[in-house]
Amino acid sequence: MRKIAMAVSLSIFIGFLIATAFLIHPFGYPPSEMDDYIIENAQSETGANSAVTAVVFDYRGFDTLGEATILFTAVTGVVMLFRKKKREE
Amino acid sequence: MSKIVRTMSSLLVLFVFIYGLYIIMHGHLTPGGGFQGGAVFASGVALLIVAFGSNNIHKSLKEHHLSVLESSGALIFIGMAFGGLAIVFFYNFLVGSPIFGHIPPSGPNPGDLWTGGVIPFMNIAVGLKVLAGLSAILLVMALATTIMEVEE
Repeated sequence: MRKIAMAVSLSIFIGFLIATAFLIHPFGYPPSEMDDYIIENAQSETGANSAVTAVVFDYRGFDTLGEATILFTAVTGVVMLFRKKKREE
Repeated sequence: MSKIVRTMSSLLVLFVFIYGLYIIMHGHLTPGGGFQGGAVFASGVALLIVAFGSNNIHKSLKEHHLSVLESSGALIFIGMAFGGLAIVFFYNFLVGSPIFGHIPPSGPNPGDLWTGGVIPFMNIAVGLKVLAGLSAILLVMALATTIMEVEE
């Protein structure tokens, strides 16, 4: 029973992979219009010359907030792990 | 380490720090930004730790001061994000204002530093956070290894 379920799910997964490989957009022709919008309007809307920074800190600010939170958690974990032990004697 | 290494690294580390701060400050004009510049700055701290030993560095650079810097960077970042809350979270409310508010001409141009609205402040905040966080990680790990060597 488990083997049958695994085989069915695996075949569905591989079918999705093959379908994606055939249905993907051709290289160099991205499907969205968002990138054209950002390239045209990033300078006038955010005032930043670097469009990448405009995306990272303005259009996708939540993503940067998540990255900063991940770094904060990592630093907290490392400092907690390597804190100085108080001598018990 | 030896005297040659200490002298050379104490000279070179100034350039590393200045380069990191330059990348943070020019994040809205050139490739780079807060994360990258903070990592460059932290690599300067790593150079200092390697050359002078973590116990000597720890006399002037304490990890709780670094964690205060990191938390204040995170607070500045979220505060700038909340500043635009009148329209939407993370709205760039400083464009057009006198502070960092110049709008550059569109198309390729060298740009000037006084643009970008809220983005330079966010770059500084994230840079502060990353340089303090990575330096704290380096310092704490180096201190832990020296303590282990003493105990053995």
